[in-house]
Amino acid sequence: MSDQREVLIRFVDVHKSFGKQKVLSGLSFEVRRGETLAVMGPSGTGKSVVLRHAIGLLQPDSGLVEVEGKAVPRLRRRELSELRKRMGFVFQEGALINWLNVGDNVALPLRENTDLSEAEIRRRVQERLDLVRIPDAWEKMPSQISGGMKKRVGIARALVTDPEIILYDEPNAGLDPEISQSINELIVELQKKLSVTSMVVEHRVRCIRTVADRVIFLEQGRVLVDLPPREFFHSDHPRLQQFLGRDPD
Amino acid sequence: MSAPLRMFTNLCRGIGFQLELFFAVLVRLPNLPRRMRAVAENVYQGGVQGLHVVLLVGLFIGMIVALQTGIELQRIGQQDQIGTIVAISMAREMGPFITCTILAATVGSSMAAEIGTMSVSDELSALEVLSVDRVKLLVLPRLTALVISAPLLTILCDTVGILGGGFVAQSQLHVSWQLYIDSAIEALRDPGKLFPLPKDVYAGLFKSMIFAVLIAIIGCSAGLRAYGGALGVGKATRAAVRDSIIAIIIANYFITWALYQA
Repeated sequence: MSDQREVLIRFVDVHKSFGKQKVLSGLSFEVRRGETLAVMGPSGTGKSVVLRHAIGLLQPDSGLVEVEGKAVPRLRRRELSELRKRMGFVFQEGALINWLNVGDNVALPLRENTDLSEAEIRRRVQERLDLVRIPDAWEKMPSQISGGMKKRVGIARALVTDPEIILYDEPNAGLDPEISQSINELIVELQKKLSVTSMVVEHRVRCIRTVADRVIFLEQGRVLVDLPPREFFHSDHPRLQQFLGRDPD
Repeated sequence: MSAPLRMFTNLCRGIGFQLELFFAVLVRLPNLPRRMRAVAENVYQGGVQGLHVVLLVGLFIGMIVALQTGIELQRIGQQDQIGTIVAISMAREMGPFITCTILAATVGSSMAAEIGTMSVSDELSALEVLSVDRVKLLVLPRLTALVISAPLLTILCDTVGILGGGFVAQSQLHVSWQLYIDSAIEALRDPGKLFPLPKDVYAGLFKSMIFAVLIAIIGCSAGLRAYGGALGVGKATRAAVRDSIIAIIIANYFITWALYQA
């Protein structure tokens, strides 16, 4: 039976090149409301580029990139800004503002874009820090915290505006297996608690097994395999077997 | 595309980006009252922490001007005029030029390095996806702080330069301290006005404010356009200092022409 849930993110025949290097060549897929789509593939196949298209940081050379039914590249600055307020993006290295402490990093979008009182901002930020299990981190500077904690702060910052869509760019990158698993469990917990739609770019099998409802495998800038995780990891597709066989997990 | 054409295209793109940034700052000026804490922090970091450099260089510049000019004046027996010449030179030209060259090398480079590091570590992308206006957050307070700091530092540079010149006048040219100070003060007075200062003082302060705008816009632009890791930040910083100094020199000529020739 086909999935009746509304499509929130749609890529149709998307092409993107950087100079002479072709990164996406005819990429098409959909993400439905409440779903967690994992994007897997070898390095350099444009996984992060896909996320950056979805949030309007990059423009496609051709093709359609739609979020909530709106063509992202055609949005005016103000419309794009409004759309982004309903989206969260967790960067690979956290991308925390290095001269702001943890609390001020998480509070930044509220202070800059809303008229909330300082007391309300502090309440919301503390709530998000509690949610990602770093309740006492407010005063710490980004240079004083570990990679895992940076990821948690990045997630808290992405969540503070109550987004409907969260995009995770390699949430396990640079973390040991134990911390990685705690981040993966946090992602699942947030999906259950907040009912968000997510896209997770990752190449670690353990992460994808834990968080994904569906997995797409990118090869040469297009989708080679699109399956639920259980079938994905038991697929007899020769290229997928070759890739997973080399995965450290 | 040939190399000279590529260089010209890049130059035009760079200037276009700087002009766009300048107008973006102007449009956001009403937001300034919300940024006063950041402005104060930047005044402290750029102005107060760089004060000793400006004072030291200003002192020696005054001494050099006094010595170079004084030796020639002594030959024609006019060394008594040294106070006037040092005071006018510092107020009109050397004070703002030297102060802002130091600011370009210290504050301008740090603007490019700080914002450039944010650019290559995805922090600017993070601001974009959070819908945080980076001109309001990063550029507006830095530019305002420099426009406040530059004239204040110029006044201090002028003052220590004139005092340094006095030291040389007394010790090397045998002009009495009283005569030197009297002639310097006389040169910097224009009685009968609400603010009894000559055009040279206002011109110097006006120049320093224009130079400050140039330094901030060029430094921030270089940082915002930085890419390619640490190497990219290094390139941005070098370009910011180089372009700021070139812009200061060119602007200096045209402002002087506009104020004294036109």
